[in-house]
Amino acid sequence: MNELLRTLLFLPRQASTIAEEIDTLHYFVIIMTMGGALLVTLIGGYFLVRYRRTAVQKEPARRMPGTTPAIWLEVVVVVGLFGMFIAWWVIGFRQFMAIRIPPENALEIYVTGKQWMWKFAYPEGASSISTLYVPAGRPVKLVLTSRDVIHSFFVPDFRLKQDVLPGRLTTLWFEAKEPGRHDIFCTEYCGVSHSTMRGEVIALSPDEYERWLQGQSPGPAVAGPVDLRPSSVTEYAPPEPVSMVRQGERAAAEHGCLRCHTLDGTPHLGPTFAGLYGTMVPLEAGGNVKVDEAYITESMMDPLARIHAGYQRIMPSYLGQIRPAETSAIIELVKSLRDVRPKPGASEPWGTVTVPELREEGQ
Amino acid sequence: MSQATIDADSKPDPLGVGADHPDYLRADSGLRSWLLTKDHKRIALMFYVGVILFLGLGGTFALVLRTELLTPEQTFIDASTYNQMFTLHGITMVWLFMIPAIPTVFGNFVLPIMLGAKDLAFPRINLASFYVYVLSAIILLGAMLAGGADTGWTFYVPYSTTSPTAVTWMGIGIFVNGISSIMTSVNFIVTTHTMRAKGLSWHRMPLFVWASYATSIIILFATPVLGMSLVLLALDHAFGLSLFNPRYGGDPVLFQHLFWFYSHPAVYIMILPSFGVISEVVCSFSHNQPASYRAIAYSSLGIAFIGFFTWGHHMFVAGLSEFDAGVFGALSMFVAIFSAIKVFTWVATLRGGSISFATPMLYFLWFLFLFVFGGMTGVAVATQSLDVHWHDTYFVVAHFHFIMVGGTLTSFLAAAHYWFPKMFGRLYDERVGLLTSVAVFIGFVFTFLPQFLLGNGGMPRRYFTYPERYQWLNVLSTGGAWLLGAGLLLALGNLLIALKWGKRAGPNPWGSRSFEWITASPPSKHNFEETPEIERSAYDYTLSEEVARERAKAR
Repeated sequence: MNELLRTLLFLPRQASTIAEEIDTLHYFVIIMTMGGALLVTLIGGYFLVRYRRTAVQKEPARRMPGTTPAIWLEVVVVVGLFGMFIAWWVIGFRQFMAIRIPPENALEIYVTGKQWMWKFAYPEGASSISTLYVPAGRPVKLVLTSRDVIHSFFVPDFRLKQDVLPGRLTTLWFEAKEPGRHDIFCTEYCGVSHSTMRGEVIALSPDEYERWLQGQSPGPAVAGPVDLRPSSVTEYAPPEPVSMVRQGERAAAEHGCLRCHTLDGTPHLGPTFAGLYGTMVPLEAGGNVKVDEAYITESMMDPLARIHAGYQRIMPSYLGQIRPAETSAIIELVKSLRDVRPKPGASEPWGTVTVPELREEGQ
Repeated sequence: MSQATIDADSKPDPLGVGADHPDYLRADSGLRSWLLTKDHKRIALMFYVGVILFLGLGGTFALVLRTELLTPEQTFIDASTYNQMFTLHGITMVWLFMIPAIPTVFGNFVLPIMLGAKDLAFPRINLASFYVYVLSAIILLGAMLAGGADTGWTFYVPYSTTSPTAVTWMGIGIFVNGISSIMTSVNFIVTTHTMRAKGLSWHRMPLFVWASYATSIIILFATPVLGMSLVLLALDHAFGLSLFNPRYGGDPVLFQHLFWFYSHPAVYIMILPSFGVISEVVCSFSHNQPASYRAIAYSSLGIAFIGFFTWGHHMFVAGLSEFDAGVFGALSMFVAIFSAIKVFTWVATLRGGSISFATPMLYFLWFLFLFVFGGMTGVAVATQSLDVHWHDTYFVVAHFHFIMVGGTLTSFLAAAHYWFPKMFGRLYDERVGLLTSVAVFIGFVFTFLPQFLLGNGGMPRRYFTYPERYQWLNVLSTGGAWLLGAGLLLALGNLLIALKWGKRAGPNPWGSRSFEWITASPPSKHNFEETPEIERSAYDYTLSEEVARERAKAR
């Protein structure tokens, strides 16, 4: 029954401990809503037919102008309806309290939203961008804040959402039932690339999570569900060795590089990688620089030091966020694209977007 | 379908009151006589042209949006344009169409006649209200051309204060628009209090007057708060006032409180006049008095009052405390109860009636389904734990379009057909009217029903690109939107054709007992020569035709 209704209503998987309970209320509410609307319309339609003019002319006894229907009937219906609404409220409020109050033993992870990516910092020192690794079967409490505008952290599979505000910390807790991968969406409109501010939660088995914390990449055991297209463009952690270019693509997708840099020469917020390597580019501070390994590396670690003229100062530093192997892989990726011809206008920044001044507190 | 649907056989006063004078359309001629008119009926017609134009503009934006969403990636416009489109769609539809639509067009036209008055209490303020509306439209259109806005109609800070678009001018435009609304509502309140005909006590008034009165009260109390918030926002955007900027100790959530303190009651500003229209349509076509006059009249006031204390249900996941969320959730359910009382009363009114079935009645049937479904999903999203999942997804988009389009637009169309003979003295083609109404309904259902499922599936609103698994529902929704657009155009075409070629209507083609039908169609310039004497309610269908006429004497 649960599966059937869930599929009919297009609800995503129930991947958190609270999801099924919330869905049960959901079914109740939606069935009553559908039923109520249909019932009222059908009664209205029945009256329209029964008391239609021609019928009333043929059978004048049907006409009862000014008769008030039994007041007790109306009272019963209204009180019954109110009782039902209150029942929704009582159940919904209890569930809401359960969603909002994290268990004592929850594992804490810090989340920062910025235009247009999610960053995760773990107390043990690890960090990640766009992909949140959590242990399955253990409550996790997220402490969220924003660096710029309001974002909202939404995991449909968990039935959870929390606005992420600048200058405030909000919290959200959940417990993933089993290992798996789940979409993260930003649901508070946050600017031009709002719809690309996606990520994923990867729930690992506790052992694997421990291994991941220690810097080892998790094994291939985490399979995505069939109906879920991962938000990063490549598969995750392939077991067989792959070329550095492929690794670079994966790293670029994982770290959100492709949110602003394109691979096919389409203009975007950052310079496209296509045909970039080996060219001379103008700098904002004046002069030119040749795009080589050193400049690419510097641009990842300290992007604002020598920024390409015409582009906005919006790229965050990846220093400490990105492993050396990934840095080299991304450089290989840029190299591999040296012969791709950028589309016209690609050397110009894209659109007229202005991004709010960065709030680099404490940096 | 018979055109003449008068309940009784006698045909008293076949031309209606004032038929021996030239009607208001012909009383004066020349452009000046229109632009400087103080006649509430002519002002209503000028508003009519305005709101229809903006319905077209807002609808065009909507079709661009829906067409873009046919594919998961970019279809034909870029992300910035898309973000502009949904913002401008919202701004145009809310402030230039829905809020003014029913009050300024049908309210302006029929409210004074319903009260037996020659005009509104302040005809000059009424004309000024129109020009202020035009000014606000010019400012908003100018702002659209000079950068537009990409913040969403909600203008959430801090994004809106840093947006490079013309947010300041949008704020000013909406501020000016609010002044126009306030002028109209003051006029309605004063007119209702002071210009009722002899013997027209409060409980004899048509229910549309009650609804307009309740709406006016909300406008009067809520709009200044919006004006203030938008001025603060404009100051923040233009001069860096930083009242809402956390960097300087401001609070972005404060803006949300201020915004929704207006914008939740604004929902009732948009829907209450529709309730008035529906009450008139139901009673007139079923030739029956409302099952409970007081229930309908007072529940409007109840909604107006409770509506001010529910704004927090927009902010369950914005960091509101659990206690606040609980209180706002419970209060929101009371609004649903008042609305439910209205719905039951309308349905009960049909019982024992003698129902002539015409286009406005078909719109009423659609309204019943769409409004009850939209309203109950409203209670659903006021249920906290469910709202956490639905908030800012397409579920919410579908919910408020069920209320706004399914409620306000269908009753706007019902009103456009119902009062068409009164306004222009001619009858529209009933068969075409019914067919377009069916097209509008089917288009609507296909547009918005899939969006409930999209929201269940977790698709956030205001998304330019989306995961592929949401595509087929989006395609369905886009197809529905095009059908809806076509249906609306056909309905408009039907009315335009009837303007010139429609059959003569006579004063009271629907056999209504409401007072605006006493006058000729179209009414003469001054509606009545003398203040009428009213000795019955607007819904006395138990009386015979002669007695009813005798008890609402007018000249």
